[in-house]
Amino acid sequence: MTPLLSARGVTVRYGSLAALDGVDLRIDHGQRHALIGPNGAGKTTLLGVLGGAIPAGGGRVLLAGRDVTRLGPAARARRGIGRIHQRPAVWETLTAAENVVVAALPHAVRPGRWRPSGRRRAAERTAATLLARVGLPELAGVPAGRLAHGQRRQLEIAMALAGRPRLLLLDEPAAGLSAGEVERLAEFLRELPRAVAVLLVEHRLDLVYALCDTVTVLRDGRPLATGTPAQIRASDPVRQAYAEGVA
Amino acid sequence: MREQAVRALRRGVAAAVLAGLVLAPWAVDDYTAALLARTLALGLVAVSVALLTGVAGLPTLGQTAPYAAGAYTSAVLGGQVSDVGVVHLAVAAVAGAALAAVTVPLVVHARGVVVLMITLAVGELAVVLVGRWRSVTGGTDGLAGIAQVRPLWGMPVLATDRARYLYTLVVVAALVGLVLLVLRTRVGLLLRAGRDDEARLRASGHRVSLQVAGVHVAAGAVAGAAGSLLVVAQQYLSPADFGFETSALLLLGVVIGGAASVGGALVGAVLVVAGRDWLFGALPGHAPLVLGLAFVVTVYLLPGGGHRPPPVRGRLLPDVGTRRAAGERPAPTGARA
Amino acid sequence: MAVDIPIDPYVVPALDGVAYGLLVFVAAAGLVLCFGVAGILNLAHGTLYAIGGYTAAALLDGGWPSLLLALAVGVIAATAAGALVAGLLTRVAARTHLTQALLTFGLALVGGSLLVRAFGPDDQPVRVPAALDGSVVVAGHRYAAYRLVFIVVAALLAGLLHLAVRRTRAGMLVRAAVDDAEMVAVLGVSPTWIRVGVLAAAGALAGAAGVLGAPIIGPGPDTADVVLLLSLVVVVLGGLGSMTGTLLAALAVGQIQTLGVALAPSAAPFLLFAAMAAVLAVRARGLAATRRTT
Repeated sequence: MTPLLSARGVTVRYGSLAALDGVDLRIDHGQRHALIGPNGAGKTTLLGVLGGAIPAGGGRVLLAGRDVTRLGPAARARRGIGRIHQRPAVWETLTAAENVVVAALPHAVRPGRWRPSGRRRAAERTAATLLARVGLPELAGVPAGRLAHGQRRQLEIAMALAGRPRLLLLDEPAAGLSAGEVERLAEFLRELPRAVAVLLVEHRLDLVYALCDTVTVLRDGRPLATGTPAQIRASDPVRQAYAEGVA
Repeated sequence: MREQAVRALRRGVAAAVLAGLVLAPWAVDDYTAALLARTLALGLVAVSVALLTGVAGLPTLGQTAPYAAGAYTSAVLGGQVSDVGVVHLAVAAVAGAALAAVTVPLVVHARGVVVLMITLAVGELAVVLVGRWRSVTGGTDGLAGIAQVRPLWGMPVLATDRARYLYTLVVVAALVGLVLLVLRTRVGLLLRAGRDDEARLRASGHRVSLQVAGVHVAAGAVAGAAGSLLVVAQQYLSPADFGFETSALLLLGVVIGGAASVGGALVGAVLVVAGRDWLFGALPGHAPLVLGLAFVVTVYLLPGGGHRPPPVRGRLLPDVGTRRAAGERPAPTGARA
Repeated sequence: MAVDIPIDPYVVPALDGVAYGLLVFVAAAGLVLCFGVAGILNLAHGTLYAIGGYTAAALLDGGWPSLLLALAVGVIAATAAGALVAGLLTRVAARTHLTQALLTFGLALVGGSLLVRAFGPDDQPVRVPAALDGSVVVAGHRYAAYRLVFIVVAALLAGLLHLAVRRTRAGMLVRAAVDDAEMVAVLGVSPTWIRVGVLAAAGALAGAAGVLGAPIIGPGPDTADVVLLLSLVVVVLGGLGSMTGTLLAALAVGQIQTLGVALAPSAAPFLLFAAMAAVLAVRARGLAATRRTT
């Protein structure tokens, strides 16, 4: 079966420094895939390349068998890649509900040809549902700029879901969250429909092992190992690489 | 509660201003009425500047270019097509939009101070062009003897300064209302979202370049329509109407008016332009000096510190003074189109 | 006057174009610095040039010492004015480009009206050193001696500028900042001093251009606007930040403004516009791409 996403030999260079050096990655439909590794290993860069925000210097990215290497982030989002940023990226002067509406607009189904407002209404319905799902229904009318960090994170997840993603790229979603918020995030991710595949970059290994079925370790811009959480936990070089990076 | 009070206050002020504007021509002489009409036309250009600078976060110093295109097209071509003002308006709006569309490739990928430079160069070049293209524009001598118009088919010709002023006022009110209505639809949401974080808009699947091009063309059409009003109000055109100083005055008005507020931009620009006109009458010879000082003082008095500056889309060249903490990732605006 | 030497309709404008282009380049180089290093659009840049121009008109008396004196005074005055602009910008530095542009525009108005008040509203005549006040024969054509010397001097100045940017430590800093504004902050240089240094340096360049170029773009009420516009066009055409690109663009603009007018007087106004549109349309994507990789 064709994988949902496959990266082949992806390379990104900043001057003489190779942030990514020939990375191969395969994500299957509905897979919960984690990307771990020390700081500076290239995890965020790889998410950027897969999402289209960072152009690949070399290699190819295929989404459901189609080459999307040359497509920008907008075109990839329309093909079903959703993204959560390391620092929650929301539109600060828009209300929480408006944020989700705008995120949903490119993906909202237009009910009738002659009803241009129908699209917005569809998006508004989606927004109400999603805000309720991520636990922010009472904050719908508050400008996103006034939300706390954890609430912005929830909002950005709602925005990503509004894009009806087949693949969700999550960049350290637990960073800066309180214990309770992390718990809720984990539960939320566990309850995601199986139709949505996840690529999770996360430092908290407990979360990774609890949520993911596949783990890839990245170091110095190269994949070190890929396997089940159990395999990765048991592998010596991985532990060593990770310990060095964390220390 | 407080927001409601502010909103009520704002509505009250708007109503009072509007009433004053309607009654104004009966309170002043013909010359002032003509001057006011011209000021209103400039206020409409300021609305187009606010649309780009404040709402969409694309600062511009070049809206005088579509303004000039609209004015000269309306004066030269409009007179040959018809003597109906609304037709002139349409012709001028199309001309302004067309000029903006031509310059879209220049600005669509640029952001921040680069847009300011490019738009300023475009605006200045447009003035040079107008000054040198004597056969059509009359060059620096100006274009006089422009035929009078009637607002709509079957209506009388606008023969007095008061009538011309009222026509200008009605058109400006209608167009500003239209702009405000459009901004209440998802168009407004998208523009504000793009100003807040353009990369996020792309990551959500929006075609940002198309939106940027669209707002440029729309702002060009508004400025072009304002050009047609200038022709009606002034019945004379010269390159001096579209100079560098005009761009700067409009920008000052827009910044005073609160950048992101279309109504505020209109009021701000009207105040600034009226102040300039008053200065040139009251202090002949000293006006540029005082005006320059007024710019400096205004900039210093503008709310700073805790006040959020009008946001500008992804800065290609971040301010040296406002730097992000070291070690953070580059801004997400580094994304490609 | 020798009658037997024909005045070629093209060689003279072409040479004029070179002189004009080099002059615009020296003036525009300052603008590139301001914008590339400090991210400032200095709308008072033309006024700095005008300061040099008026100094030349006031001090030049036809002798060599007066030229040197005018150069020294003009450069110092314009440098000081540039530093003053930087000082005034400090308080609004944390705000946006919009407020910076408005402030520098206000300063341009003030400076311009002060100059007009001091020197009068008419274009000022400028007396070049007597030794250069004639014409020489170049390749069979008569040509104003001063302009010829100006071409040499301005070319030297451009060369020096190139060396300074390429070879000196300050130049490396400048290039680093143009490539990536974050760099300078990492190096720990205070932004205020960068701003002062850059605007003063831009003032020195504009002042030198103003003094030496006074016989070509003379001091008058419109000078500041003309120089600012030409510099802007040249900077934009030259790729927004590249000195070499700016030089090439300046030379091209010089030819458009002189040879273009001689060859096709009716089309000349459109040529600048068309050149800018063409270059930008071609470069826009590439430019944006290179800027964004940082």
